[in-house]
Amino acid sequence: MISRLRARLSPTMWLGFVLLALVLVPGLFGQFFADPDQLRLMAGGISAPPNADHPLGTQNEGRDLLTYILKGMPNTLLIGLVGGGSAVLLGTVLGMLAGYVGGPLDALVRNTVDIGLTIPPLAILIMIAASFPVVTPLIMGLVIALTSWMHPTRVIRSQVLSLREREFVLLLRLSGASPQHIVFRELLPNLIPFLAATFVNAVATALLASIGLEVLGLGSFQTPTLGNLIYFAIIGNAMWLGLWWWWLPPIVVFIVLFMGLFFVSTALDTLANPRLEQG
Amino acid sequence: MNPRYIGRRLATFLLTIFVASTLNFAITRLTPQDPIAALLGRMASRGRTVEDGGEIVARYRERLGLDAPLAQQYVSYLRDLLQGDLGYSLAFFPIKAEAVILRALPWTLGLLSLATLLAFAIGNLLGALAVWPRVPAGFRWLVYLSMPFSAIPYYLLALILVYVFALNWSLFPLGGSFTVGSDRGLNLETLADLLHHAALPVLSVVLAVVGFWALSMRGIMATVLGDDYLIYARARGLRSRRIFSHYAMRNAMLPQVTALAIDFGRLISGQVLVEIIFNYPGVGWVLYNALRAADFFVIQGVTLFMVFTVAVATLLLDLVYPLLDPRIRYQS
Repeated sequence: MISRLRARLSPTMWLGFVLLALVLVPGLFGQFFADPDQLRLMAGGISAPPNADHPLGTQNEGRDLLTYILKGMPNTLLIGLVGGGSAVLLGTVLGMLAGYVGGPLDALVRNTVDIGLTIPPLAILIMIAASFPVVTPLIMGLVIALTSWMHPTRVIRSQVLSLREREFVLLLRLSGASPQHIVFRELLPNLIPFLAATFVNAVATALLASIGLEVLGLGSFQTPTLGNLIYFAIIGNAMWLGLWWWWLPPIVVFIVLFMGLFFVSTALDTLANPRLEQG
Repeated sequence: MNPRYIGRRLATFLLTIFVASTLNFAITRLTPQDPIAALLGRMASRGRTVEDGGEIVARYRERLGLDAPLAQQYVSYLRDLLQGDLGYSLAFFPIKAEAVILRALPWTLGLLSLATLLAFAIGNLLGALAVWPRVPAGFRWLVYLSMPFSAIPYYLLALILVYVFALNWSLFPLGGSFTVGSDRGLNLETLADLLHHAALPVLSVVLAVVGFWALSMRGIMATVLGDDYLIYARARGLRSRRIFSHYAMRNAMLPQVTALAIDFGRLISGQVLVEIIFNYPGVGWVLYNALRAADFFVIQGVTLFMVFTVAVATLLLDLVYPLLDPRIRYQS
């Protein structure tokens, strides 16, 4: 049964990995081949279509768009990783504590999560991004994590609650294992496939939130990111002027990236929770 | 339904609103500079000149009471909120922020309700047919095809739709909510014009959401299929179509209707960004312009409004759901 599932599902995982690699490889290494001079004003002609010197053309101030994308991708990926990573880290700590310790701590965490989940993250993010003068990718990632740790916490807490009642945990408790040992040495390894799926989802959530903010014009304009690129393309009327090489490439990168995350998270979900596919 | 349950839901509702409003207040005051200077600074950094900057700052300071102690500012902020007073819109002075938002609200509600309902209907039908016996395999593939779309932000899909259907093929208008200069009477022509303008924004939201509905319906229908009453219905010799609509769908819909209610609550906070792409004059468009014009009270108003609609929808759902589904018992 399991082996049949794996045999059927691994193509999804592979498809996801290939799509992610298509974005991550140029996203991480492309910046070293990019020439910062190409980002200057009038590095090429104004709104020039793709040509030999500028493979993706230039925008309305003559900046090279391929260079902008190569320099922007690491920042965009950083926001996603910092945002998703911190949210899952916070969620894991709180979820495991609340789930394992229980009592008033659990009640506090559970109620905070319930209230937090009802407040739309965009509402809080807009106020933060609009109020703080400087938003670097790192800060933006952390801020997004502050509004998105609730979901991981709830999911991990419920997993710990069910794990806690298993026989092997009872046996460990009876044999005098310390709570730290049970939580970190026994429960945590059991949660790993689950945490991986949660992490991929959290990265996608963080990326979505950051693009949303940047498209609204709340990104940091000193740092190139793909979301900022889309914002400037909208402001610069790229669409109506027919400058497809300005607005289309960042969207294509995002589509490939989100599809990759989607396929990997679907595959991980099924691995972590094999009963999902039985229906 | 016992009164303690209602009391607890109401308390959670009030607490949520209170926490969100307090966060809203705290965030704007925690910044090293005052919120107005921050906003104006952001605009200046983007090369947008602000006329009468000094006067705007003075008016903001007076309204926010920035010179008063923090506690006093907080109390008057909450008092104004309780009275539904969100402050003046600086861009449309002397119109109040709440008036600017309410004026845009019908557009957002119309556009996004239409999109949500369409996605709900199509998605559930697709998902249910995907596991129903002897349905062409094409439906199964449609569900798989619809899923990746839900991974892509809808406003990015919207940009591509505009390019293909409005710019290249001129099938639909580029944006706006109606033809400028049309009479907009109560007739079919006006309705057709409104739908024509709403088509692309609706399509981009539907494409993005339909996969969620299809996927969850597929799961629910798969469990319903094994239930005894379906076997009984089949044994009675009822026609497959009747079993599908009257027996299977009816039972599978209940959890989906719950999710639909939650989705309606998230309408304002979830999908308003689509309006930016289409210049659609709803709440999202108001927010976008307020951000560009540093219209502080409108920005704050829209975000508080988002919180409020989600909280109200959650409360209503919690109160109505036990009435819909008698199997649910809440212990106090």
